[in-house]
Amino acid sequence: MRPNQLTPASFAAYPPQASELVRSHLDMIRTLPLVFAALLLREARDYDWKFPAEQRAIAEQFSFLASLSDAQRTNLLQGFAAVRLPDSATRMDWIAHPQKFLDALTASLWSTHQIDAFRESAKLYADRLLQARTEQPPAIPRMTVVVLGAGLEQDGYPLFRKLRPHGVFVPQVADSGAWSELVAFAQKRAQSHPAPSGHIYIDGGEADAALSAHFATSSYAGLAPVRQQLLQRIGVILASPNSGPEQLRTAMADIQPDSLHWPDRSVDPVFQHFQLDVLTQGSGTQIFSTTFVQWSAREALRRAQPLTLILRFAPRQRSLNMNEMLSGKTQGNSPDPAGSLVDADMGAFYAWIDQQRLTGADQSTFLAWSQGRKQAVLIGPTLPRETTAGAPMTMQQMMAQLS
Amino acid sequence: MTPLPQFDSDSFRMVSRRVALNRRDFLRAAGLIGASAPLLGFQPLRAAALPRGHKVVVVTFGGGARDEETFAPDGQENIPHLIQTLLPQAAFYSRVVNQGILGHYVATASLATGAYETFDNFAATPPANPTVFEYYRKALHRPATDAWVVAPSNGFNRIGESDAHGFGPGLGAGVILPKHLLAAAMPQHQQTAFTHLLRDNYEDPYYTPDLRGGEFELSQLDTILKLSVREFTQHALSLSSADELSVYVAHQLMRQLAPSLLWITLHDMDVAHSGAFSLYVEGIRRSDRLCAEIWQMIQSEPEYAGKTTLFILPDFGRDSDFDSGGNGFQHHRTGDALSRTTWIMALGPGVRQGAMIDRPVQSIDLVPTLGTLMGFDTPRCHGRVLTEVL
Repeated sequence: MRPNQLTPASFAAYPPQASELVRSHLDMIRTLPLVFAALLLREARDYDWKFPAEQRAIAEQFSFLASLSDAQRTNLLQGFAAVRLPDSATRMDWIAHPQKFLDALTASLWSTHQIDAFRESAKLYADRLLQARTEQPPAIPRMTVVVLGAGLEQDGYPLFRKLRPHGVFVPQVADSGAWSELVAFAQKRAQSHPAPSGHIYIDGGEADAALSAHFATSSYAGLAPVRQQLLQRIGVILASPNSGPEQLRTAMADIQPDSLHWPDRSVDPVFQHFQLDVLTQGSGTQIFSTTFVQWSAREALRRAQPLTLILRFAPRQRSLNMNEMLSGKTQGNSPDPAGSLVDADMGAFYAWIDQQRLTGADQSTFLAWSQGRKQAVLIGPTLPRETTAGAPMTMQQMMAQLS
Repeated sequence: MTPLPQFDSDSFRMVSRRVALNRRDFLRAAGLIGASAPLLGFQPLRAAALPRGHKVVVVTFGGGARDEETFAPDGQENIPHLIQTLLPQAAFYSRVVNQGILGHYVATASLATGAYETFDNFAATPPANPTVFEYYRKALHRPATDAWVVAPSNGFNRIGESDAHGFGPGLGAGVILPKHLLAAAMPQHQQTAFTHLLRDNYEDPYYTPDLRGGEFELSQLDTILKLSVREFTQHALSLSSADELSVYVAHQLMRQLAPSLLWITLHDMDVAHSGAFSLYVEGIRRSDRLCAEIWQMIQSEPEYAGKTTLFILPDFGRDSDFDSGGNGFQHHRTGDALSRTTWIMALGPGVRQGAMIDRPVQSIDLVPTLGTLMGFDTPRCHGRVLTEVL
């Protein structure tokens, strides 16, 4: 089917909000190149399970496209119209399963050397979209706190090397009650600025209940039953004839939360979809708690754009044969404290980068703190760069610096 | 607040040059490359002057390594052997671009054919274009024992020969997959002792086909490597990674068959796909050490000493930290400039030591260079000769 053949009935399988959104822009969608229409529908298809920030972005994108004249739209999207598609892709059901279509498209773009031209077309479109958007600043300056939790240690490792040039290095943090002080501060912040998915807490071990009471929370330990179910499904798929990475990726993308048993049934459905996406779309998130935290942070910042994000890294398991780790039978595998510290240090740097991509980046604040080393880095608009604090600091003092 | 570098908005040329300058600045600061080191001109008689029985060893990293973790200032601590031991003896191409598909099997196959292959990276497919092994053996009438590939086990079993018309079966390289060999040598119930050597495909952490060895692999042990199962497994137990196993097998090949064309693909660093930065860096450090060991092996084996050129090159890079489409070191999916830009190091007789070549070249230029160096034509490849190492 080509976009100009779409009718309201084409979206019968879409969830209610997604269906309404798409049908209200059907005339405009009919004018789009097939490749671009599939990209747009991939975003719209799961509209009901998107965070508010994502829903706003999708709605703005539809409005932007609708605001263009036919000639302007054709001109802007000509790079997408020029993509040569394999016959097999054009026969796919790109309306009901846009992701499957886009996986096939991606493979084709690489093998036909169209990937660079496609990147250019996507960049051109994104630049124009950004110019047209009137981005709203966050209600309060964003804050990300990364805690390198207990048990992460490696003698002599130069901690926070990539972050130090951007802020104040604190070589001595008074550790007595520091976590409790952080929790109290975060609770107060979340309570004073309530927002759906506005405050998110990701933990690589067991979540602290005091914090999860006020934050949308996802923890590696808390999701253990879900991870176990997914690993079992992976095993079944891999054992089936003709299985391969593409078949597995498609099968994983098709898994819905209600097909799994969740330990906490009170979780907001949107956040539950987010948790599942982290485990089904992130490489390594099922087997390494450090990867789980880093990828969750990236996706939380990219998608939910929270006002507050708190991450706590915990020791991950040692690396074993990948098949063995995917089997889910490595619960007793010993932790790797040294490797985990390095992973978490890089994860903190990536969290800072990801926060800097969001609106209000020039006012946002960031803290990375190692409980084991009793060291930290503070980054904020009023703080100097590449300096070292001359005296020990408490958590309260650090929070005051960032507020 | 510090603005983020906008790699997205830079042209490919600018970013590529920036990569090169990072390397060059560091190397000059380290005093290893003289600022006045001239670029080498084309010297057509150099290849003709090479000793008879000239050999080539190619080492590729199947799992790109970024500048940040290698030649950039913060990364230099991870590659002490490459920088301190090998680079002073080498010619170094600082701007090597891979314009093909950034999947390890298809990219390595492209390096071996000198043409950008376009098959499914995860399929056990022979390259469409003739490999360097076929060009070499067919043109110079060399026996099957004279060209070998030692490779990780995921998909690389077809890399030795193409299905190209006029080439193909019977003209390519022998392929040894050390992990398959070990799996064949070990009874199933004893394989837990070797799990650290049997790590497999990280390209997609979901997809990890079980390793299964067979009679063919076991016969390789006895007839080719001249090793008993006991010797092989005992030595394997002393090793810490799959790449160490590959280098051990390559050394056995050098001792037993002394092939003139030996291709080794290291793969440990591709564990980056699991998202563990520490394991990725560990893989880089191991590859760095193993490259120095391979060069030492070449110098210590009479069949190779003084008449072997060693080429070392990653198949491609990895995504930039600042490309919002990727997740930094973890993957190579964006196709951005950093994921496409890498380097080539060449050492051996006739190679100008300490030469830094800044002009842009492509990774598919390796095959025609090998052809010129060893005296055979490579008519269907698309690369150009790297004249500076002839």
